[in-house]
Amino acid sequence: MLIDWFTVIAQVVNFLVLVWLLKRFLYAPILNAIDAREKRIAAELADADARKDEAQKERDEFKHKNEEFDQQRASLLSKATLDAQSERQRLLEDARMESEGLRARQQEALRNDYQNLKEDIIGRTRDEVFAIARKALNDLATVNLEEHMVEVFIHRCRALHEEEIKALQYAFKAATEPARVRSTFPLQAEQQKAIELAAREVFAFAGQFHFEISPDLVSGIELSVNGHEVAWSIADYLLELEKNVGEHLIVQPRPVVQKESNPDESKPEAQPES
Amino acid sequence: MQLSPDDHIFWQYGFVKINATIVFTWALMFIMAAGSKIVTSKLSTGLKRSRWQNLLEIIITTIEKQIEEVGLSQPQRYLSFLGTLFLFVAFANICTVIPGYKPPTGSLSTTAALALCVFVAVPLFGIVDQGAIGYCKSYMEPTFIMLPFNIIGEITRTLALAVRLFGNMMSGEMIIGILLTITPFIFPIIMTVLGLLTGLVQAYIFTILATVYIAAAMGNQRSGPEAESKK
Repeated sequence: MLIDWFTVIAQVVNFLVLVWLLKRFLYAPILNAIDAREKRIAAELADADARKDEAQKERDEFKHKNEEFDQQRASLLSKATLDAQSERQRLLEDARMESEGLRARQQEALRNDYQNLKEDIIGRTRDEVFAIARKALNDLATVNLEEHMVEVFIHRCRALHEEEIKALQYAFKAATEPARVRSTFPLQAEQQKAIELAAREVFAFAGQFHFEISPDLVSGIELSVNGHEVAWSIADYLLELEKNVGEHLIVQPRPVVQKESNPDESKPEAQPES
Repeated sequence: MQLSPDDHIFWQYGFVKINATIVFTWALMFIMAAGSKIVTSKLSTGLKRSRWQNLLEIIITTIEKQIEEVGLSQPQRYLSFLGTLFLFVAFANICTVIPGYKPPTGSLSTTAALALCVFVAVPLFGIVDQGAIGYCKSYMEPTFIMLPFNIIGEITRTLALAVRLFGNMMSGEMIIGILLTITPFIFPIIMTVLGLLTGLVQAYIFTILATVYIAAAMGNQRSGPEAESKK
């Protein structure tokens, strides 16, 4: 017989036992391992996706920050450029103003130096001329010269304009003090009398006269009362000379100042005052 | 000449006997269980794993895929039964290369036992899936007149399952035995290699047919025009 029923039953049992054994030792562990691996791979993929998303996010953020940084850099650069330009302008302006101030101070100093020099020259010239004139006049001072001077003085008193005479007459009338007559040299009695007569005649003065000697007057005679005076002196001529010399010296340095100053920025006040 | 390893009896006590079929089956069971235990004791859940683990994973996932392709949407429920069926038959047939080995599948008792298991498993899975009444109703489809024919079909297909496997394996063994007496060199080796292929094909056919029977018993998972018309 081909079929042995005991063997059939035994093989059924064997098969069922084998099913249990393989389920216990093969299918369950292998399927669990596959599931675990799939979960792990899924988790890794999810993690990779998350990392990718995060990386993308960080990349976007970085890109955004980069753009912001570029914008900030550009704005800062333009601001710095503007600041630098304004600072440069300011510095140039300061330098210009400082140079102008320096130049003005230099011109002022030159002007002062010129003025001092001019005064010095004028003073020295005057002193020299005066000294020479005094010496010459003193050497020439004789009785005749003194008489001539008195005559010239009296002539001058008489030659005054009527308005001047009237003003002086008024001053002489109002005077309470004696009229003062100053001269470089001591006047003779006749000369004093001649002056008194001329004064009483021209200015209608009835008061007293006080004669005194004044070395300051250079060969001259001065009649004064209450602040009004009539005088003749060589010093007048010398003063005229001094004035003419001063004007001449003021005119002379003009080209020098013009040369030193900028033609574009030359100002009227830069020219010496005449 | 012994047609079946059942005839090779090692020990007998009345009805109870231990023959070559049972002994070789135990040996196969031991090797399969011990091998599985050894391989799965060092399983890796990472990407780096042993060759044996890879082999077992490939076999199991392939079986799962085949079950799913036949029409069972939850292959893990049937993996233990159908997978063991395939692995036992295939392993028993592959081992025919070992000299002196007699495949248990060359015994009609073994194939009958396996067919019997399928015969019982099909209604069991059907009842678990759609209930006893629902499953019994499927025998009366399309009309109750078909009930006896369906029952006869159920029995005959089980019988055919057993005889097909037995016939193929037994015939392979017999051909090799006859050829050994006629041309003892080279040709039996070619036939043995051919027998390996035949054995694997038979294991595949046996398992696929069992899967198809179970799938046919699954009312809601049945595929094809019948299932669509039912819906």
